[in-house]
Amino acid sequence: MRCLSARRGLRSAAVVGALGLALAACGGGGSGSAGGAQQQAPAGEAYAGPVGQGEGKLSVLAWPGYAEDGSTDPAVDWVTPFERATGCQVSVKTFATSAEAVQLFGTGEYDVVSASGDASLRLVYGDRVQPVNTGLVPNYADIIPDLKDKPWNTVGGKNYGIPHGRGANLLLYNTAAHSTAPTSWKDMWEPGSPAAGKISPYDDGIYIADAAVYLMATQPDLKITNPYALDQRQFDAAIALLKQQKPMVSEYWADVVKQGQGLSSGALSEGQGWQLTANLANTDAPNTVGTVKPTEGATGWSDTWMVKKDTPNINCAYQWLNHVISPEVNAQIAEYFGEAPANTKSCALTKDRNHCATYHAQETDFWDNVYYWTTPTEDCLDGRTDVKCVPYDQWVRSWSELRSA
Amino acid sequence: MTTLPAPSSWTRRVQAVLHRHPRLRLSGLLAPALLWLVLLYLVPLVLLLLTAFAETDSFTGQITWTLSADTVLDVLTTPAYLFTALRTVLVAVGVTVLCAVLALPLATYMALVAAPRRRPLLVALVVTPLWASYLVKVYAWRILLAPEGVLGGASPGYGWTAVVVTLTYLWLPYMVMPVYTGISALRGSYLEAAADLGARPWTTFRTVVLPVLKPAIAAGSVFTFSLSLGDYITVQLVGGTNQMLGNLVYANFSTDLPLAAALAVLPLIVMAAYLLTIRRTGALDRL
Repeated sequence: MRCLSARRGLRSAAVVGALGLALAACGGGGSGSAGGAQQQAPAGEAYAGPVGQGEGKLSVLAWPGYAEDGSTDPAVDWVTPFERATGCQVSVKTFATSAEAVQLFGTGEYDVVSASGDASLRLVYGDRVQPVNTGLVPNYADIIPDLKDKPWNTVGGKNYGIPHGRGANLLLYNTAAHSTAPTSWKDMWEPGSPAAGKISPYDDGIYIADAAVYLMATQPDLKITNPYALDQRQFDAAIALLKQQKPMVSEYWADVVKQGQGLSSGALSEGQGWQLTANLANTDAPNTVGTVKPTEGATGWSDTWMVKKDTPNINCAYQWLNHVISPEVNAQIAEYFGEAPANTKSCALTKDRNHCATYHAQETDFWDNVYYWTTPTEDCLDGRTDVKCVPYDQWVRSWSELRSA
Repeated sequence: MTTLPAPSSWTRRVQAVLHRHPRLRLSGLLAPALLWLVLLYLVPLVLLLLTAFAETDSFTGQITWTLSADTVLDVLTTPAYLFTALRTVLVAVGVTVLCAVLALPLATYMALVAAPRRRPLLVALVVTPLWASYLVKVYAWRILLAPEGVLGGASPGYGWTAVVVTLTYLWLPYMVMPVYTGISALRGSYLEAAADLGARPWTTFRTVVLPVLKPAIAAGSVFTFSLSLGDYITVQLVGGTNQMLGNLVYANFSTDLPLAAALAVLPLIVMAAYLLTIRRTGALDRL
């Protein structure tokens, strides 16, 4: 506080300048970045139950395509049946990136959220969510064991959410521009690519991990084993790769519709994106957008439905959790969004009988080279203790700098 | 007046107190406006400044209120941010200049050449685009400027040219209106008077026309400049991979509020400097 006394006696605009100087004098001591992994998970108790009559309303924060109420497509609706069955009026808000999800959920306006791995732990340690009593969610029993009790949904032995489904960030391509389906990410990264000027990467800091995935395959001497555990040298290499990519980028995407239209019309040749994007584009113009999981592997997501810490709508929230992972609804969502359902019984209920096979829902080895989004921390996630890894806030800042350079 | 009910003793007492204390009267009148200004404008602005000096937890992204100037210094020393600020200012200047160049002949025609009964129609035509949704207009430009799209090879593609063109289209009415008002004030008699007094055309322009136009253009530029400076949606839709200051703030406020706050101070500084300069031309009296 001694530093702040310089402020006294100064007026108007001078205050701003002086404050800056005073604080500049104070700054510099200690980086202040708290290591994430050693942080204590906040103490919180799960709902004891029993799940009773709903409170009449529920506010849902979800990825686009996860909570459809017929407004996108009248045929795609699993919110209205829920409202009829439970009397909980649902309002849905969608988000485009995990960062946006964390920020929106922080406002406290939402009761439940579908969080990917790069959001779930930040919500847990940020004390925004409560543990979930899986005993109160009957459909939890049918969830594939490969998704249960994982680091991104379970902390200190407590489950903080219900697994929803998983998918990979695929290579999307315009079919007219590719006589044969591509098998590698190389046209999105290497200079002189035939797709130059027409590529569309994801507009979020977590995309740095996609560069790391490519480096794992192409530069083994960097010894990257986990694209979210990058020491400074590995991180710099990923950033250098992104800088090399930038001149070839048409647009970074954050809107599935915009990206889908671009890929469909040929304005974009290749992009990193979701099966949903291709599905939407192909609904309007059949067979214009293809998808593939390249041989280098891919980043991906494994999502978890979480409940706000002190939600007043706890009964509606638990009924929602049970509803979205019920065999029927989980099948609908998985087919609509284009991902692997979490509920093992869903596979028998998809309209396309081969859906689970296409998305490798039950083949655990398919997911070996799909690296689920997670939050990078200073303590390397791959277990290395001899180096510090680059934490998430640095990812975000480096991404900002890269984008604005 | 005679039917007014007799004031109760309570209101009469209040009236008496107010009558005896003019200062109390004045502060009573000013209080609501000041409260609004302070609570809804100054307090958030101060909070914004303070947030720039806070830190975030690197993991949860939540603010920890430990004062540190690291973020502000980071913003002021990172070339990428400063270049973005510079590019944003250049876009705003470019849009303002283009708007002025387009608005001058248009407003001159509207005010001096067109038949007086046509003027309201012309004004309406200039203002009409403002009634359409911002997003619809920008999306229209996105389609229009698409590489290999409607314009074919003539399209500049998505990039800075597209951004300046689109923003110029969006903000042109804000420049035309003040300039039109300015030129309307310039009566033909002024020009005749100048000629009668022996002024050559250039002298007339310099001593009669310009003093009227300068504050009008400055007034319009306050709109075009500040609106362009703060815009971040147009550049997302027609700017390709480019970013302006608003995009940086938008991209960071969810994960790194202090960085976003520190970045948001940059346009504040630019705008404050701009308004202080403009004020000297007397343009603000005409807003």
